[in-house]
Amino acid sequence: MSEITAEQVAHLAYLARIDLSPLEITSLTHDLGQIVDSIAKVSEVATADTPATSHPMPLTNVFRDDVVVPSLTVEQALSGAPDRAGDKFRVPAILDEE
Amino acid sequence: MPKAELMDFDRALELFEPVLGFEVHVELNTKTKMFCGCANEFGSGANTNTCPTCLGLPGGLPQVNKKAIESSIRLGLALGCEIAEHSRFARKNYFYPDTAKNFQTSQYDDPIAHDGSITIELESGRLVTVEIERAHMEDDAGKLTHMGGATGRIQGADYSLVDYNRGGVPLVEIVTQMIEGAEHDAPEIGKTYVAAIREIAKALGVSNARMEEGNVRCDANVSLRPRGSNVLGTRTETKNVNSLRSVERAVRYEIQRQAAVLAGGGTITQETRHWHEDTGITSAGRPKSDADDYRYFPEPDLLPMAPSRDWVEELRLTLPEPPAARRKRLQAAWGFANLEFQDVVNSDLLDAVEATVAAGASAQAARKWWTGEIARLANAAGVAADSLVTPAQLAALIELVDAGTLTDRLARQVLEGVIAGEGTPAEVVDSRGLAVVSDDGALIAAIDAALLGQPDVLAKIRDGKVQAAGAVIGAVMKAMRGQADAARVRELVLERAATIE
Repeated sequence: MSEITAEQVAHLAYLARIDLSPLEITSLTHDLGQIVDSIAKVSEVATADTPATSHPMPLTNVFRDDVVVPSLTVEQALSGAPDRAGDKFRVPAILDEE
Repeated sequence: MPKAELMDFDRALELFEPVLGFEVHVELNTKTKMFCGCANEFGSGANTNTCPTCLGLPGGLPQVNKKAIESSIRLGLALGCEIAEHSRFARKNYFYPDTAKNFQTSQYDDPIAHDGSITIELESGRLVTVEIERAHMEDDAGKLTHMGGATGRIQGADYSLVDYNRGGVPLVEIVTQMIEGAEHDAPEIGKTYVAAIREIAKALGVSNARMEEGNVRCDANVSLRPRGSNVLGTRTETKNVNSLRSVERAVRYEIQRQAAVLAGGGTITQETRHWHEDTGITSAGRPKSDADDYRYFPEPDLLPMAPSRDWVEELRLTLPEPPAARRKRLQAAWGFANLEFQDVVNSDLLDAVEATVAAGASAQAARKWWTGEIARLANAAGVAADSLVTPAQLAALIELVDAGTLTDRLARQVLEGVIAGEGTPAEVVDSRGLAVVSDDGALIAAIDAALLGQPDVLAKIRDGKVQAAGAVIGAVMKAMRGQADAARVRELVLERAATIE
């Protein structure tokens, strides 16, 4: 069985700003543990000269030219914002008073 | 904010050895952002250059800007780096309102460039080689404005405003290895290193490289270890150090602050500190450990890069002469004394002087005008000197002075006319009627009038008291409204004094 603990899952949930119930933490600890175990099995097969793969497609160097295309209008850009002030997004205080 | 206790700098260096490290962000001057076609430009109003990709909206898909890759490779090469055969982007995950995607697209274990070095020269002549660990690509964050509270700072603000025009603009972050053996030169090494990076980026043309506009930004890492120890001390990372003078001051301040803490039996917290330009101190941000859990993983929306060796070599051929070598060559060619040359370099006028000399002016005249009158006018107007006149205009002005058409004083008036947009120097001379009066007839009439108006002076000159001529010369220059060559006037005054009836 893997080393994934409920504390790690709770920590990850905090970092990802996901509010998990104790029940969800228990079930995710189990699920993530199984995933880690499965990956460990693959690692047993992969030898040292098998490079880690991050992308399944055998493609590289897909670039675009440095040419300006029209942007959204300010109204479009701000249309989904919960709050705005003039042409800027307005967000709650970032730090508590120190 | 409580003022930290500082130890005397020399005393701090007796007790501790400083170890430095720098992270310099260079903002590239591509036409578009790193991963989308929004314009990389500011000043046209908040949130005018955004799209679903740089706002992190659903459905946005990044596409890599080829020019940004090219600029990054050229910058890497100019720093003596190896260019990676395989490189990829990674997500650096954190929540902060200046980052709309909730991650920064950066590079983690496969940076585009690595293992370089540059050698910098301090004012003492000491050469210091700074090893570059890596130069990686990433996108910039938006701009926050903190509202409410007493200071306009993030602490105590009621809310903040975000402009995402800068979000997604391409950056190259250059990370040094640890710099040991800096000793008393530590603050100067910081300043000189950042200046060198800025100069290289500017020479390559990959960045506007203006620190005051945030095109080049520095984070300074400083730690101290007790003399005789080889265990590294805990480091702090001072952010927001955005002028050369501030880099120097921030490094000095952290050495003095940390030395006082350590000597008092305290410990240094590994943390991010903020530099305050106004008060010249650093203050604690959040502890570094809390922010370090970025959960990097390869960016699934972007394919890896494998810059071909042919492309890299092609780009290597486009590198300009290294700025340090260029400075040495120009100083020798111009025959400037060290102070004269430093004056030009520190005023960022090397390009301007070089172009003026290329346009036909003598190096000394070009230097004198750029660092003198033009710099003075630029300071007064709060703009860059080289934005006022072109090297060609100045060369034409200097030519008029050399030809005797203008005195220095008249030339300054012509310069004002050129800056005011009245045309070329020759046109301003014509339209303002500023040429030196070289018509001896007009001068002689004025001289005769002045001599006859001051018979006592005339008598003195005739007695051989030549210095008395000054009063007459002054009167003539005044009558000619300064538009005469004083040396010629003097010659004529002595001539007329001998012959006038």
